[in-house]
Amino acid sequence: MTKIQIQVNGTKHTVEADPEMPLLWALRDLIGLTGTKFGCGMTLCGACTVHLDGAPVRSCALPIGQIKKSHITTIEGISSDNSHPVQKAWIEMQTPQCGYCQSGQIMSAVALLKNNAHPTDADIDAALAGNLCRCGTYPRIRAAVKRAATLMKDKNNMPTKSDTGSR
Amino acid sequence: MIIHHSSFTIYHYIMQTRRDFLKLTGKFGALLAVSIALPVSTQAKTTQKTINGDEPISEIIDFEMNQYIVITKDNKIILFNPRPDMGQGTNQSLPTLLAEELEVDLEQVEVRFTNGHSKFGGQNAGGSSSIRTRYEELREAGAAARVMLVSAAAKRWGVPVAECVAEKGKVLHPKTGKAALYGELSEDAAKLEIPQGTKLKEIKDFKLIGKDAPRLDIPNKVSGKAIFGIDIKVPNMLYATIQRSPMIHGKVQRFDMDAAMKIAGVKHVLKSERPLPYKTLEGVAVLAETYWGALQARKTLNVVWENADYQSVTTENYFRAAHSLAKSAGIIYKDAVGDVSKAWDISETKLEGVYETPFTAHAAMEPNNTVAWVKDDGSVEVWCPVQGPDSAVGKVADYLKIKPEQVKVNVQLMGGSFGRKAYLDYVLEAVYLSKQARAPVKLIWTREDDLTQGPFRPGMVSSLKAALDKNGSLTTFEHRMAGASIMHQVLQHDQTGKADGWVAEGVNQEDSPYAIPNRRQTFSLVETPIPIVWWRSVYASTSVFGQECFIDEIAHASKKDPLDFRLEYLKKEPKFIQVLKLLEEKANYRQKLPAGQAIGIAIARSFKSICAYAVTVSKKDNNIVINKVVGVIDVGLAVMPDNVKAQTEGNVIMGLSTALKSGITIEKGEVQETNFHAFNPLRINEIPTIEIHVMPSEAAPSGAGEPGLPPIAPALCNAVFNLNGNRIRKLPFSLEI
Repeated sequence: MTKIQIQVNGTKHTVEADPEMPLLWALRDLIGLTGTKFGCGMTLCGACTVHLDGAPVRSCALPIGQIKKSHITTIEGISSDNSHPVQKAWIEMQTPQCGYCQSGQIMSAVALLKNNAHPTDADIDAALAGNLCRCGTYPRIRAAVKRAATLMKDKNNMPTKSDTGSR
Repeated sequence: MIIHHSSFTIYHYIMQTRRDFLKLTGKFGALLAVSIALPVSTQAKTTQKTINGDEPISEIIDFEMNQYIVITKDNKIILFNPRPDMGQGTNQSLPTLLAEELEVDLEQVEVRFTNGHSKFGGQNAGGSSSIRTRYEELREAGAAARVMLVSAAAKRWGVPVAECVAEKGKVLHPKTGKAALYGELSEDAAKLEIPQGTKLKEIKDFKLIGKDAPRLDIPNKVSGKAIFGIDIKVPNMLYATIQRSPMIHGKVQRFDMDAAMKIAGVKHVLKSERPLPYKTLEGVAVLAETYWGALQARKTLNVVWENADYQSVTTENYFRAAHSLAKSAGIIYKDAVGDVSKAWDISETKLEGVYETPFTAHAAMEPNNTVAWVKDDGSVEVWCPVQGPDSAVGKVADYLKIKPEQVKVNVQLMGGSFGRKAYLDYVLEAVYLSKQARAPVKLIWTREDDLTQGPFRPGMVSSLKAALDKNGSLTTFEHRMAGASIMHQVLQHDQTGKADGWVAEGVNQEDSPYAIPNRRQTFSLVETPIPIVWWRSVYASTSVFGQECFIDEIAHASKKDPLDFRLEYLKKEPKFIQVLKLLEEKANYRQKLPAGQAIGIAIARSFKSICAYAVTVSKKDNNIVINKVVGVIDVGLAVMPDNVKAQTEGNVIMGLSTALKSGITIEKGEVQETNFHAFNPLRINEIPTIEIHVMPSEAAPSGAGEPGLPPIAPALCNAVFNLNGNRIRKLPFSLEI
């Protein structure tokens, strides 16, 4: 067991854990942020997607010992009130069914839109093919990503609270 | 609407002792309960126990029945949803039925899951039954409560009941301008007789039903705040993982525990048990302070399995047996008409086709999990994502040989299920471990556990034959199904020598009412130790594949367009005709497609709803591309039409995944697909355009969660035949040519 400091959603957390423990379990079981989900443990399904310095990563295979000073953003960090345009678009398109994979889907979409304001279908496919949804919400995810891109053109739609350093 | 999550429950559970509870009820005062059949005094009492959500069932079991609505004096309106939500939306659709007649907006209410108590009736969210079996009852419960509230107001104000109206959680007396919140009336209302036979609204007067309000669970599902079973935390709980035999039914011979016990936080290493309905399987469990620690320790166990008996269990052997049985007619279902054997012998044109559908896994994104706490007094509390709260209570009580009153089930949101979480082996595993460890235990299955251990949708074989007379008319049709029986293995009703009615779901005379003078379905049971269970749309997902592909084969043999053929043989079925006609229009079925493109259709009724698809495919290089799926579904009156659409989109994708991607294969007793690299459902880059039309209807609601699945695979395969003449008879198949 080692004392490890990580920065999540702008807050420093000190956890006592095996440095090999994947970030996923540290977030869920030690820090209490359960929005990030366990789906496969092998980076195959994307349910555990978070941002590492703004880039999407699978937290199920990222040892906390390796994070060092990097900034982690989880679903809880993209806004405090569903004001992120991606969240707004997800609600507007009535995207989730069971909702379990949606944190990961949203984190992948947020990362995509940060670098690509006008994603094509192919761009969306490339960015989100790593995120499985067993309920079959893909058509609505696609529509929501496009809707979010439109919303983001208006600066008023950007989330007001910025606590992550990764957007 | 507030969706009542267990994050609330846990902390209240911990914090809220009985004394706190008394304070709570004292503050809220008297409560209103709606119960259809009980005297008033017991109802109010019953509700006081229920509202805190924390009383052992023993104290409320005597105050039974249909208790869906609670209104506190401070105007909190609590609606109980008796069917758990796995994503299909019952947390909104069922409260909508109550709220419509109660005259409240959904934003005004808090929704809670029921706890399995028998007063809530059957609570299993399965068989696409949640709305169709509760449609009358919940509206009646809402109406009865509204009448009581209005009567209480009229009495208080000394005005005629007929002059009062209920609206958005208030009773109003327009003549005098008086108004009272439901909460202000609930104490008086609770003292009144429960009215019987209150007239329900006409469809034209609905404000909520059929209106497509946004789903109120969605905001929490995009913020990460929604709490699923896997998110539950109870103080001092241990995390558990179980090493299971890679081979079906292996027994634990020995294992090492020294290395495991040395890993930080590991508290127990012990043999575990997994009770299936027909056998109890063995495993080795690690209980630790963190789940990661438990997983690390699990890797060191070096379990030696005794499994020689099961080397020969393979899906190949299973299908060999099924194909062999399907060569001759099995046990004939009662709905047979005419004389198939005789008609076959004298027929002009004879067709035969053998179809096969694979074993497959549910693979809900949320793996199985449960928090169980067997307490020192012998009672047990579980927090679990399950489809049936009442079956959870019953199973846990039976397993521990305790009374149902000693079992408290806290139902959680499910991160998908598709039938899996109505099979409660994982709940009992957690209960077992908690009992052994004398501590609360949170068991989480890994994805590998989920995919390799089953239970699975059984693989099935359909052997079909048909005969045409010299005019090309279809005279004879036989569908022989062979495979494992869920009724036999899971529900333990011996099906030897019986025609298991479940297997013919979707293809029996009622569900597939093609008018054929000589027709029969038969069933042959394949006994297997492979654990099986219901999977979204159950046998309709397998039986309909052969049926609807073969109908297409017959249409081609009789030189008729497949849609025209279906219209002809379903002409006495107005609902089928209506669906086919709308599909024809929406899919632009009659248009001439460019070379290298083709369209195929299929139609099926299951769970009382009819669904049909038109799938358009094309050739691109060495691949078949699925360009578009147009669907029409008739679920009767759709309580949440957009949600019906969403369910159907999901069924298209799940059905296509099962048609195109790996199923579950077993070699030498071991499942070969161990994670999502091998069992890989469709991803966003692999789906066609999907366009679903919900048939406008005022008929009583029928199923919505499953009926969209059965016809998609046959529609796809019928399109492929029209594209390249290749008749797909075995799933899964590859789109590479």
